[in-house]
Amino acid sequence: MLNRKIIDTIIETTIFICGILSIVFVILIFTFLLKEGLSFFKSFGITKFLSGNLWLPESDPAQFGILPLILGSILVTLGACVIAVPLSIMSALYISEIAPKTLRDILKSFVELMAAVPSVVLGFVGMVTLVPAIKNLLNIPTGLTAFSGSLILALMAMPTIVTISEDAIHSVPCQYKEGALAIGATKWQTIRRIVLKAARPGIIAAIMLGIGRVIGETMAVMMITGNAAQIPSSIFEPVRTMTATIAAEMGETVKGGIHYKSLFAIGLVLFAITFIVNFIADLFSGKSKK
Amino acid sequence: MFKLNPKLSQKLAYCLLFCSMLLTIFPVLIIIFIIVKNGASAITWEFLTAMPKDGMRSGGILLAILGTLSIVLCAISITLPIGVCAAIYLNEYAKDNLLTRIIKLSIVNLAGVPSVVYGLFGLGIFVMYFKLGVSIIAGALTLSIMELPVIITTARNALNSVPHSFREASLSLGVSRWQTIRHIVLPNALPGILTGAILSIARISGETAPILFTAAAFYVPHFPHSIFDQVMALPYHLYIIATQIPNMPKNIIFGTALVLLMIILSMSFTAIFLRIYFRKRRKW
Amino acid sequence: MTNIKIKVNNLSCFYNNKCVLENLSIEVIQNEILSIIGPANSGKTTFLRTLNRMSDFYQDYSRKGKIYINQENIFDMNMETLRKRVGMLFAMPIPLPMTIYENITYAPKRLGLIPSKKNEQDAMVEDALKGASLWEEVKDRLNSSAMRMSGGQQQRLCIARILAINPEVILFDEPCSGLDPISTAKVEESMMELKEKYTIILVTNNVKQASRVSDRTAFFLMGKLIEIDKTDKLFVSPNTKQTEDYITGRFG
Repeated sequence: MLNRKIIDTIIETTIFICGILSIVFVILIFTFLLKEGLSFFKSFGITKFLSGNLWLPESDPAQFGILPLILGSILVTLGACVIAVPLSIMSALYISEIAPKTLRDILKSFVELMAAVPSVVLGFVGMVTLVPAIKNLLNIPTGLTAFSGSLILALMAMPTIVTISEDAIHSVPCQYKEGALAIGATKWQTIRRIVLKAARPGIIAAIMLGIGRVIGETMAVMMITGNAAQIPSSIFEPVRTMTATIAAEMGETVKGGIHYKSLFAIGLVLFAITFIVNFIADLFSGKSKK
Repeated sequence: MFKLNPKLSQKLAYCLLFCSMLLTIFPVLIIIFIIVKNGASAITWEFLTAMPKDGMRSGGILLAILGTLSIVLCAISITLPIGVCAAIYLNEYAKDNLLTRIIKLSIVNLAGVPSVVYGLFGLGIFVMYFKLGVSIIAGALTLSIMELPVIITTARNALNSVPHSFREASLSLGVSRWQTIRHIVLPNALPGILTGAILSIARISGETAPILFTAAAFYVPHFPHSIFDQVMALPYHLYIIATQIPNMPKNIIFGTALVLLMIILSMSFTAIFLRIYFRKRRKW
Repeated sequence: MTNIKIKVNNLSCFYNNKCVLENLSIEVIQNEILSIIGPANSGKTTFLRTLNRMSDFYQDYSRKGKIYINQENIFDMNMETLRKRVGMLFAMPIPLPMTIYENITYAPKRLGLIPSKKNEQDAMVEDALKGASLWEEVKDRLNSSAMRMSGGQQQRLCIARILAINPEVILFDEPCSGLDPISTAKVEESMMELKEKYTIILVTNNVKQASRVSDRTAFFLMGKLIEIDKTDKLFVSPNTKQTEDYITGRFG
């Protein structure tokens, strides 16, 4: 009996340690990014980093202006959202409210499979099919544009947004719908006026998580947005995102050098952005549960 | 004023929703079709089992497949026990207090960190700080931290699906909390945890950015000797042959993409079927 | 001289600092069936769940006062030891998702009470099932799933499960609220047999049930003990107006 007690205590302590490990990892990630980032800011300057519009890490003197990269990320993300958000929400409505039970299960499983397709595969297929198609259709010098990136990223954001907003829509209490139907509203009026409104916090959370996924996406973007670190004037120009910059340049840097550290500084910016985006998503999903 | 008849507007709306559903799923179907159509011709026994030859322009992708497998299996065997324990803590022990809220916020945050930032972190801590070098273990550790929030979330859902009354019944018989979890909650949550784990394996098999600087190598012409070796990895290999090697035969690239896709999709399918099977067999 | 099994001294329980049970003092006599009746929110279930400290897991729950079992303070006791001594039957039958046999041996195994020989184990299972008058119905299918039994059988299996750990006191928390009259009669029948060996506290919404099975009855209202007396006495000539109104069905 005593033995059993001791074993219980040991196991419960282990479980507790695993429980708080998540906090430890977040702090570790943050400190590692911060350590390298701060030592970069010391030698280059944080204002020059955030407001500089030239990213020329290998030239002399090297320029580390992150502005074109931030704009690149924002442009691609915005484009992806414009495509993905309406489509995903309408699909979620279809799956949750209109599709018969069997179809609903099949569609949900399919959306789950969509999420599993790796970004490098999507990037590759986009590169060999979408990019030349866009070049010819729009008659522009290159198909490697922010627009191509947005199209592929929309595909990656959709499973996230569909799944989470479908959950939110599905968990709208039946009584709301029955109340509306009972006073003679059509099913569509009920969906539009009642269901959508009640599911709104969950849908916003879904959109935020979709945005978070798009901002952080790396491989597909690196393969099809052209990787030109310039401030874009339209969506049909090549851009370079923050994630692609890290992935493309880390291999060539001298470990511990200023270029190496500058990439950690970009990582820090990305970390901060996704932290905020996910925090907002969490606030809304907390609201939708109540 | 012109106003649509509610019946008609419902029909139009349903039509619109159906079309957007199609628009959502069709591109992926087309992509899968393109890969299968162009890649099927490359899939031969030799392609799957031979060493790369001629600067990777011919020969097989066995090393890349094995490399990915070793990284992924290593990662899941680290993250699964930690994730399940963390889920047990949150679901069975944690009170609703500040610490719990911070843990939950951390999990949300970990889930949102971009994969390439995990790559940076893995490079900084495992490769450089702990001097593991670019190796299977460094990549696996990086991936395991990245997958931790997913495992915790699915394991929590699985634990949550075990009726609360089972716990009460067991506790009321004088059985301790851990014994109750060990003998009642965990066995009944196991199917859910298992399917979650398979889905996780599928997902991290396709991840490229986190292993870019921590585990993957451009070209390693032999089997890994230990977990401290660099390896070729399938997604990274696909990236390299698709973008860095000139005059790469198209069907080899498509074939590689097909193999990667099939590995991932077959695992996801297995997980989904297992889930359906277990749900049907569930006793409560 | 009657034998006092449980003695409750000035017990008060709170949820969110709201008092749900106020300054309760009550004694339970060995080998009796004590019924607790009263309308919803009268604190019956809270009292029951405090007796085996199941309520300790609730958030925002707190309490004052003392409870003694055989002169031992239950709040100084190890929780597992207490629950082994004070078994509890819930309102809905909760068979564990395993076979009938395993349901009985589950707790003894975890508590280290299981005999090592297989035939002794079989005997233990048989005794427990007989004690709950279930043996005849299930002796041929001990290895089938407990989830496939009828509701009444499940509830009696839960009684057998408690008997297998050999407690001193058994708490019944509205044990027949989900059962049909025939199953209810069977559960009541086994209750009457059990009081030979155990002390039983029965919380029930069913006033008739209390009058059928119990030796003494206590009436709770809004967290207070209004009256406790011999069942015959309480139902025939209650001391207070409230008790009379409740048992005659004027409210509740």
